[in-house]
Amino acid sequence: MEEVSLKVDKLVIAKKNFNSRLIVGTGKYKNMSECAKAIKLSGAEIVTVAVRRVNITNKKKPLLMDYIDPKKITYLPNTAGCFNSKEALRTLRLAREIGGWKLVKLEVLGDKENLFPDMLETLNSTEILAKEGFKVMVYCNDDPLMAKRLENSGAEAIMPLAAPIGSGLGILNKVNIQIIRKQTRLPLIIDAGLGQASDATIAMELGCDGVLVNTAIAKAKKPFSMAVAFKNAVIAGRQSFNSGRIEKNLMGNPSSPIKGII
Amino acid sequence: MRKIKKIKIKVNGKVRYISNNFRMIDLVKNLKIPMKKVAIELNQEIIDKKNINKINLKKNDKIEIVHFIGGG
Repeated sequence: MEEVSLKVDKLVIAKKNFNSRLIVGTGKYKNMSECAKAIKLSGAEIVTVAVRRVNITNKKKPLLMDYIDPKKITYLPNTAGCFNSKEALRTLRLAREIGGWKLVKLEVLGDKENLFPDMLETLNSTEILAKEGFKVMVYCNDDPLMAKRLENSGAEAIMPLAAPIGSGLGILNKVNIQIIRKQTRLPLIIDAGLGQASDATIAMELGCDGVLVNTAIAKAKKPFSMAVAFKNAVIAGRQSFNSGRIEKNLMGNPSSPIKGII
Repeated sequence: MRKIKKIKIKVNGKVRYISNNFRMIDLVKNLKIPMKKVAIELNQEIIDKKNINKINLKKNDKIEIVHFIGGG
């Protein structure tokens, strides 16, 4: 008799264990308290954050760290908004200086319209950051060859896009994601482009180790409800993947026995 | 009374005038910066926060003070 495992199947990144396979972005929320509540409801243990200038004219502006405790939730500094290697390296070196953050997300964009990653700059930055001791989770396109190159350059996790950032289109190239899954033992996390909870389930069923979601939760009509939906979708998808799906068949196969039919 | 000479610097892209004997620590105290939550660059080089009392600011210094905000 099969025993249903209730043990949490942990996500391991840079030798650190996480119970949740959902990573949530902290941008685009109406305010900090909405962001903090959505994160709590999503169950996420890792959140992406951006590095920006301190507002020196309005000192009373609320700080992210006052709402999301970096001792309880792992901050993943991100280079969103960087369009070349120089800017990305500068941003992550500053992030490390804020409080010793070595686990980072590298994202070097190549085009302001479609926000696709510039993979040459990304590859170059990955190599430099890995040599400097950073644990780099790398946002990339869904190209298996590039994913392999990132792995060889010292990436800690491969984070291919599902679709353009903020587009909500869901996973456009499932085949490529499956090929990347087959070729790498690194954590594989779908980053960007998810639109609804079922997209996260599909990512997990393809064998991904986790998903990163921001806009789909932050800009949903009911962000709190969507945060819970994504939490459950990721759990369902992982369990489905671990359960071993049936083969696909072209023809039907009755569920009721033929024998004894009246 | 001796007049304190002011020098021009840039902090986060904005011009500021400070006394010419200002150190980095005086600037961050003046701006009420929570040191544990920021990183500081002086002329594009990251400074070690432990040394802020040893850094004297000079004319035309460019200082960037950054922290974490919400992002995807």
